[in-house]
Amino acid sequence: MIAALTVAERQNAIALSMLVALCGLVMMIAGNDDLLGVHGVIVLLFGLGCFGMVLSKYFEPEPPAERLTQYYDDPTKVGIVLSLVWAVVGMFFGVWVAALLAWPDLTFDAGWASFGRIRPVHTSGVIFGFGGNALIATSYHVLQRTSRARLPDQLTPWFVLIGYNLFCVIAASGYLLGVTQSKEYAEPEWYADFWLCVVWVTYFLLYLRTLQRRKEPHIYVANWYYMAFILVVAVLHIVNNLAVPVSFGSAKSYSLFSGVQDAMTQWWYGHNAVAFFLTSGFLGMMYYYLPKRAGRPIFSYRLSIISFWGITFMYMWAGSHHLHYTALPQWVQTLGMTFSVVLLVPSWASAGNALATLNGAWDKVRDDATLRFMMVAAVFYGLSTFEGSFMAIRAVNSLSHYTDWTVGHVHAGALGWVAMITFGSLYALVPWMWKVERMYSPKLIEVHFWLALSGTIIYVFAMWNSGIIQGLMWRTYNDSGTLAFSFIDSLVAMRPYYIARTAGGAFFLLGAIVAFYNVWMTIRMAKLRGVAEAGGVDEPVLQSSGAALQAGE
Amino acid sequence: MREFFHRKLERNAIGFVLAIILVSGIGGFVEIAPLFTIHETVEEAPDMRVYTPLELAGRNIYIREGCYACHSQMIRTLRDEVERYGPYSLAVESKYDHPMLWGSKRTGPDIARLGGKYSDAWHVAHLINPRDVVPQSVMPKYGWLMRNELKTSDLGKHLAAQRAVGVPYTDAMIANASADAYGQASPDSPYAGGLGERYGEATNVRAFDGEPGRLTEMDAVVAYLQILGRLTDAAHRQTAAAGK
Repeated sequence: MIAALTVAERQNAIALSMLVALCGLVMMIAGNDDLLGVHGVIVLLFGLGCFGMVLSKYFEPEPPAERLTQYYDDPTKVGIVLSLVWAVVGMFFGVWVAALLAWPDLTFDAGWASFGRIRPVHTSGVIFGFGGNALIATSYHVLQRTSRARLPDQLTPWFVLIGYNLFCVIAASGYLLGVTQSKEYAEPEWYADFWLCVVWVTYFLLYLRTLQRRKEPHIYVANWYYMAFILVVAVLHIVNNLAVPVSFGSAKSYSLFSGVQDAMTQWWYGHNAVAFFLTSGFLGMMYYYLPKRAGRPIFSYRLSIISFWGITFMYMWAGSHHLHYTALPQWVQTLGMTFSVVLLVPSWASAGNALATLNGAWDKVRDDATLRFMMVAAVFYGLSTFEGSFMAIRAVNSLSHYTDWTVGHVHAGALGWVAMITFGSLYALVPWMWKVERMYSPKLIEVHFWLALSGTIIYVFAMWNSGIIQGLMWRTYNDSGTLAFSFIDSLVAMRPYYIARTAGGAFFLLGAIVAFYNVWMTIRMAKLRGVAEAGGVDEPVLQSSGAALQAGE
Repeated sequence: MREFFHRKLERNAIGFVLAIILVSGIGGFVEIAPLFTIHETVEEAPDMRVYTPLELAGRNIYIREGCYACHSQMIRTLRDEVERYGPYSLAVESKYDHPMLWGSKRTGPDIARLGGKYSDAWHVAHLINPRDVVPQSVMPKYGWLMRNELKTSDLGKHLAAQRAVGVPYTDAMIANASADAYGQASPDSPYAGGLGERYGEATNVRAFDGEPGRLTEMDAVVAYLQILGRLTDAAHRQTAAAGK
């Protein structure tokens, strides 16, 4: 893979690796009596590791010029594998934290292993590690195919992918060490945020540069969603993470905002991380892989337009529904509630568009577990967006907020929608990438499908039950007009559901492990057959045979 | 017409990017910007005090350990919450909270008004092993808080950074930050004297972890927990006024 880089690109890669290592060294020295120093060591080793890898292939011959007539898929392949590694890691931590709520002593007597520190490893691991890598990997693939253009160079996509994973490593290791700014789903500290900013801007420019090279006049729907994902996440990330570090030798920073303004900014970010990371990006995935796999065109172009602009406009208003009945001014709460309810329209337009696309291909849904993953994902997308709008209504929220119902809702979306569309897309993508006719074992996809579906259903039902019971117990009065239950009574009532949710999560984790094995064996199968080398290449179909190649193509 | 317009937009990558920024920017701007300018958003509370260095260090440990994932600090304006936890939370009470810790989940109870509810000894025992005092609890044990010495050397820088984001720490507070942190948990030491004059006479000065000679992370966390809901009386005054 490194041998496919040109010598100039290898030189740049070495320079970048050394620069990263140097940053690590500076962090190590500046933060010698602080946790920043530990992160410095990690960054230094990471940079040196990349340096060593490039160096080991540095003297390979230049890649052949024919490569420029083909798509560039190496980063996608690595992204797929990284995504699955993070899936297994993130979900393992998820099952562990779930178990801790039923058996609180199932851990070590050490800070790094306590609930509060490993929980963000789970959330960031699955959202950013699993989800983010899958988004980057698929976006490279979809972008090139729908634009019929090769990525503009070979180094930038690697910088984005590897740089993003460095961010994930800093994030996850930081939580275990106790480095967090406590902003939900934006826990990493200032230096990690800064690094992500650099990576993300590069990602955006890469996307734009490739789009500018496209030989297809129209930008396909999937790219609208990927672009909204990249752009809006950048804006959210920058604003929400504005902070003043204690010093340049300290990992700690203080948020620029406080109290009510911080709460609103935090949930404007938090809810739109759901919207633009976990929805928009994955809708991009859905709009490409679902019609491809089903062999049917998207049902309605107009619905795509309505749902895209509806989601892009309205989601940004909805964050304040996380703050009903709090010290946030009521007018903001009401705006948030209103837009959250209306948001159901574009959400269901997307879900409906996906399901209607399957008309005429339902026999494939029955026979093909890969397509079934995507179909179930669209159904869960519809269900959880309905549930989300419902829970945003102030009166409903008074019961559901602060309870496990929210956790159940998030997991209906995360397991049912995000993870299922990802697994479906990856199962479709892996054989294409490694040039084999199918996955190593279609049976194992079937096994994974049922593990994932039953895990999700067990999890979500457990959390619905516990959440509603909790909410009701907290507000129940007895005949003498006083509160009927102490807080600890409600906690004791949760125990069976916490055990059930651990089991549901374990099913889902098992499914992810099966997926990892299946993908691994598919790669091995491809290598053994040597198909990757000898087989047909995937190249852009030029509109007319005489079209001139662009520079770097 | 709309179709035609969109067909054109789809052919222009830069135009599409600008359209996304514009369309997505409106909502956040309309909801967030006025919160900084509308005066009534945050109430007046002249008696509101800042965290002492020890309390701030405790708050940072609370953040480090992820306590906010299970404990909210925001009592909503609902009857059952007010009766269970106390007067509903006001915006001004988290005015100096960078970042806020309102929380989003109550696996454990809300602790916005925890300060003064339990003794220091209860908190220490509870943090070392919650099940020693609440047998059914599922809270993690935090034994290392008692084992770890508190790092105080850079507390002055912490206060200075807080001042940079708008918390009114004085030069004297910043200069004495490390000594004040030690003094607050060592009532008989010469360092304890300045706290009252800098942070108010009502400041808790006690050996929070029960060991006066040693400044541990436990001291800091308990000092923080004991001040929750007690930085101002505004919420109680409002309730009293409503009663009349």
